[in-house]
Amino acid sequence: MIAGYNTISMGTGRKEFNPKKERPGLEHYLKEAGQGTLQQIGGAGNVDEGVVGNFMAARFNKQAHLGAFLGMIDPQLRLKPSTRVEGACASGGLALVTGIKSVLSGSAEVVLALGVEVQNTVKAIYGADILAGAGWFQRRKEGHAYFFPGQFSDRAGVYFEKYGREKTRKAFARWYRNAVENARLCPTAQEYENKTADLEALALTEPNPKSFTDHLNVFDCSKVSDGASAIAIVTEEGLKRCGVAPNDAVEIAGIGHAADDLTALPADPARLDTVAHAVKIALESAGITAGDLATVETHDCFTIAGILGVEAIGLAPQGKGADFVLEGHTARDGKIPFNTTGGLIGWGHPTGATGVHQAVTIWEQLTGKAGAAQISIPAEKPYGLSINMGGDDRTVVAIVYKKSA
Amino acid sequence: MEYAERLSNVTVLGAAGKMGSGILLLTALEAADQMLKPGNREKHFVVNAVDVTSSALPELMKYIRTQVLKAAEKKTVLLRKLYADRKELIENSDIIDAYIDDVMGIIRPGTRIEAAYDSTLIFEAVSENAELKARLFRQIDENNAHKPWFFTNTSSVPIGGLDKEAGLEGRILGFHFYNPPAVQKLVELITIASNSGEMKEFALQLAKNMRKVIVPSNDIAGFIGNGHFMRDALYGINQATALAKEMPLHEAIYAVNRISQDFLIRPMGIFQLIDYVGVDVVRFIMKVMNPYMANEDLHSPLLDRLFDLGVKGGQYADGSQKDGFLKYEKGRPVSVYNPDKGEYIPIVTFGSQVEAWLGELPGSAPAWKNLVKAPDKETLAAIAFDNYKTMGTHGALLALQYARRSREIGMKLVSDGVAATAEDVNTVLLTGFFHAYGPINDFVV
Repeated sequence: MIAGYNTISMGTGRKEFNPKKERPGLEHYLKEAGQGTLQQIGGAGNVDEGVVGNFMAARFNKQAHLGAFLGMIDPQLRLKPSTRVEGACASGGLALVTGIKSVLSGSAEVVLALGVEVQNTVKAIYGADILAGAGWFQRRKEGHAYFFPGQFSDRAGVYFEKYGREKTRKAFARWYRNAVENARLCPTAQEYENKTADLEALALTEPNPKSFTDHLNVFDCSKVSDGASAIAIVTEEGLKRCGVAPNDAVEIAGIGHAADDLTALPADPARLDTVAHAVKIALESAGITAGDLATVETHDCFTIAGILGVEAIGLAPQGKGADFVLEGHTARDGKIPFNTTGGLIGWGHPTGATGVHQAVTIWEQLTGKAGAAQISIPAEKPYGLSINMGGDDRTVVAIVYKKSA
Repeated sequence: MEYAERLSNVTVLGAAGKMGSGILLLTALEAADQMLKPGNREKHFVVNAVDVTSSALPELMKYIRTQVLKAAEKKTVLLRKLYADRKELIENSDIIDAYIDDVMGIIRPGTRIEAAYDSTLIFEAVSENAELKARLFRQIDENNAHKPWFFTNTSSVPIGGLDKEAGLEGRILGFHFYNPPAVQKLVELITIASNSGEMKEFALQLAKNMRKVIVPSNDIAGFIGNGHFMRDALYGINQATALAKEMPLHEAIYAVNRISQDFLIRPMGIFQLIDYVGVDVVRFIMKVMNPYMANEDLHSPLLDRLFDLGVKGGQYADGSQKDGFLKYEKGRPVSVYNPDKGEYIPIVTFGSQVEAWLGELPGSAPAWKNLVKAPDKETLAAIAFDNYKTMGTHGALLALQYARRSREIGMKLVSDGVAATAEDVNTVLLTGFFHAYGPINDFVV
């Protein structure tokens, strides 16, 4: 993978964001991200095909058929093959997988992979309806007004009961603090300008079941975001064609892609089984263990998902993910830095773009392009992992990236 | 009659007015919430929105619909539970729409007073005219078989007098909202000796369900809110008139407005507040209150003068400020009226001169919007006033005098028995007028 590009994550927290004023739409973000990548690969003429990950533009923006926006990004992309893929919040991950498969099949040497979502077109209470489409609609009626916060609040409730509420809420607060502190190092992050002095104290605000969920507060939640990300997936031949130096590329070392039955309920709400399964396949196909990872971008749509992600990767046993976070191991100076530009809680969560954004972040870290957010990548651990989750642990794309030798 | 039954047929009189529309909204929301309780599904709820201005009713209904939408969006978590048995309502948007339909279905707009003849509760928010109020109450009561309760939103007319005039035998109390009722948390509750315990309990329950802060006030014209505001306003007007010996009147008005806002750390200067309420309304309330005031003349020749010149303040239908003592652009004062000249003088032509005369506003005086958010408001305000005591500037001296007078007015409300405690006076100023500190405090002395 080469030539990653992220637009800003637009929404509450950004100075430019004013809910009462008209804002840029899908076209703006697709263009900016797409052109951002094309500029780094010698122009659109080098691209064989495109793939666009998007979740719910059909409802947020009343716009379908996103594959056919490719030609708008650059006239040279007109008439080239292009596909839109959807797997809820894993849509971006699916765009990557689709691009990787095209490259592996030999049908393309260079694929432009994009992810986009523009969610601030509706108030959060209606956005919750739209995002609930990532769950089984037959269960919407019994769900919470804020459907997904409700689902993950239930998971948090089970985790509290099994492993202790106090330490877990503290771990949530630490997760939030890490997320915002990392976001402050990344100019495109939604929480880049967050000035709160005591982030953990704020995050320990008691959840209010009357206005929100039983076990989570708003600081436990990812952001409502507009944004797009793009990256190019290339063969070695494609790399040469684009004129990009090998050390500006990351190698895709392994993939785990799994989808579980949308109508089934989790066997144990305190576990992310599909994530665990996809990560296992990704690590195995890369021929490495979790101990070889220098950094992880995990799908922390909620703090509880961040902690369950730590456990699903196998870095901590069940029930100990909270301790692992509290001991500082996931912080940027810890054993294994997580979500180094803020993740979904700090950087933002433009749903259909998130999977691509994660890949761009790992690409930046492994090629030394992360700017102020740069972490050191030990020579003996040249790997990064991204986990992109759709719905309540239903579709998962895990990818292992390797720094080029 | 139990609580929900009492709410099953309500009439709001003067429903299209500034206060009436808010009262209508809160009442309809409360009636709907009662209707949605599992045991009440079979009951029928009606809120009559009565106003003599027929042409204002369509706008009123639009306003209510917008406000109900906002309310529904805020309480969707609860509404999903209340509508759990309605299988066809799945998404939040379905539930919000159903709630709007239910609330709007309760409201019957109209111009005819006869609508109130079937009501068990009447909210009155017509103009501040004791004779009109009493006449309406009497007419309704004579034609209503339910012995209805009358809740009047008067801010100044004594309740006991209305009770007697209309022959209600204690079925009336003062339920005084602050403007705008949908937002302001304060309700002054004025009961009279002949009120039944059941009626008082109902009023408290209703205010609680509407999420209001209740402050009891004795039945003395003006109650606590206007009892303080009218005297405070009169003091400000007189301070400006006195200053006008040293400077043109418009400069004096500007000076006192600045003292009462920035030096006193209040949300608005006193002249801006008079404009907000309306020069005509303030003048009128003083007129209503004055006959009840012993040893005190609640009357301002300057207000009369402005009124006669047609300078009235108040608000346009869209909520923007009309010109009064001050002229506004985008909600900010830009000019000050000089009644001697009959024209507005731009602040840029004299403002810096007045500010130089007042002297510097010390850094220890925070802006109101910062003070009101601070956890240690009282301490910060005390520091500012301690500074004024040593500064010796005109601004500091006038601010101290102003604050001391405001304190005195508050304490008199307690000694006159209008308010039960100093705390009640402070609560009214803090919640009804958004002050950052109560007038009865130790640090202005």
